[in-house]
Amino acid sequence: MSVDQATVRRIARLARIAVTDEEVPHLMGELNAMLSFVEQLGEVDVTGVEPMTSVTPMAMKKRVDQVSDGGYPETVTGNAPMTEDHYFLVPKVVE
Amino acid sequence: MTDLTHMTLADARDALKAKKISAVELTDAHIAAVEAARSLGAYVLETPDQARMMAKASDDKISKGVAGPLEGIPLGIKDLYATKGVRTTACSHILANFVPQYESTVSSQLWRDGAVMLGKLSNDEFAMGSSNESSAFGPVASPWTPPNWSVEKAKSVLAGDKKGLLVPGGSSGGSASAVAAGLCLGATATDTGGSIRQPAAFTGTVGIKPTYGRCSRWGIVAFASSLDQAGPIARTVRDSAIMLRSMAGHDPKDTTSVDRDVPDYEAAIGRSVKGMKIGIPKEYRVDGMSAEIDALWTKGADMLRAAGAEIVEISLPHTKYALPAYYIVAPAEASSNLARYDGVRYGLRVPGKDITDMYEKTRAAGFGPEVRRRIMIGTYVLSAGYYDAYYVRAQQIRTLIKQDFEKAYAAGVDAVLTPATPSPAFGIGEKGGADPVEMYLNDVFTVTVNMAGLPGLAVPAGLSSDGLPLGLQLVGRPFDEETLFSLGEVIEQAAGRTKLPEAWWV
Repeated sequence: MSVDQATVRRIARLARIAVTDEEVPHLMGELNAMLSFVEQLGEVDVTGVEPMTSVTPMAMKKRVDQVSDGGYPETVTGNAPMTEDHYFLVPKVVE
Repeated sequence: MTDLTHMTLADARDALKAKKISAVELTDAHIAAVEAARSLGAYVLETPDQARMMAKASDDKISKGVAGPLEGIPLGIKDLYATKGVRTTACSHILANFVPQYESTVSSQLWRDGAVMLGKLSNDEFAMGSSNESSAFGPVASPWTPPNWSVEKAKSVLAGDKKGLLVPGGSSGGSASAVAAGLCLGATATDTGGSIRQPAAFTGTVGIKPTYGRCSRWGIVAFASSLDQAGPIARTVRDSAIMLRSMAGHDPKDTTSVDRDVPDYEAAIGRSVKGMKIGIPKEYRVDGMSAEIDALWTKGADMLRAAGAEIVEISLPHTKYALPAYYIVAPAEASSNLARYDGVRYGLRVPGKDITDMYEKTRAAGFGPEVRRRIMIGTYVLSAGYYDAYYVRAQQIRTLIKQDFEKAYAAGVDAVLTPATPSPAFGIGEKGGADPVEMYLNDVFTVTVNMAGLPGLAVPAGLSSDGLPLGLQLVGRPFDEETLFSLGEVIEQAAGRTKLPEAWWV
């Protein structure tokens, strides 16, 4: 399988990464190089093989469902590019 | 520099305990060495004031007789580990000004045990790379020089674009370069596909990626969560064993960390390997493998045989599929993990006309080319219509890779011996320019181990005909790092410790 320029733009959109017109052909070449490298996986017979979900088998640990942390909003928002009254600020999303 | 920066971690520890040297003295010698080696680019942030303060506290503890196992030992920390109040960037522009409000579990355990932080070490951006060239701070030079280069030539290129000097490997290139150059007694590192073992092999140092779950991942910038593990790079097998003991252990904040006692790894050094069965996987004899690497591998097997181990040929039939499967699984997880860098809660923000435009511009400006490429391939293989063909298939192949190892271990094999890398270190600017896959092939021997979640140790085993370090890899059963340390020590003793380069960069 390989990708065309329209697919590269669609992937970039899904990944929320802006791409310029000049970058698209170059990216297409690189993505296709990677896709052709992984194509050999098609040779392997995977009939009936469980996909791996956990490399080290272990039981999921659980904890009591109660608040265990918090109460320091200035620390939580300390690295944010824009904040107001301990809220993260983003561009308007509702007109 | 001074002898203090060329001691082993174990010798420094013993000298501190015997009060032959002070922690402040030892730290000052390292601070001076780090300053004099800035041109190598190993450190992206130096913390000399904090280091002196920590060293002074260590001297107090030593005098009171309450020293920890790493008391007064100066270490470098890979810039992927969150360090409280100390800038942590993952060597990405998108985290250029990020100052964590918390400490990673692994580094907090090192400070608990008395270690001293010298600063933060460079790595490939978000640990994606095999040469440290994708760091937003620029490439890191290895202290090893290219064959037949004069000191004058190396110094003049080091002052310029560094092109042609040797890479220290990656992604933990800053860690490997610093350890090999005497800029710390040991360093933390991380390994997702070979990022501890390949740089260790390139620089004549020792690195171990422990079993998945052995070290907590909490507070370490995530790349591919099902593959990432923390581990040390140090100058000897013993030193890496000492560091791992402090780094390992259960952490309630990481549900994938294992609740299992941490053995005294150092006690495994010098233990007999007599009667152990060592597997040599025939599939690792890859096409185009250099005669030199092949000879090194045979030499390593001979060393273990001479120590009483039994060498057996084994088959790991899915080996060749590990690297392509990795280049589906790792980017898929990375695309998901790196979704958090959106310009809202931390990191860079580039304004846009609406929120999507802001996300897209922020991520385009903040991520370097290799990271953008991997996020995009990961997005593609997870997207509707491709998920089964790529991602599910890769995870099935991962199961087969793990079963290959399980069968070998079930047949009585105690550890597997392979080369660590297909070649010695290459030059800065030499690889991956046109085809990204060229760079990825560096991890062909190491990546299987991450895919199967097993422990892997890289140990120097000799020099190439050009005089560059070459390493071997030992792969163990899950949570049997001790056997790797015992076997690694045999190779280190038999091959002789690699003589690290003199400080030509000063």
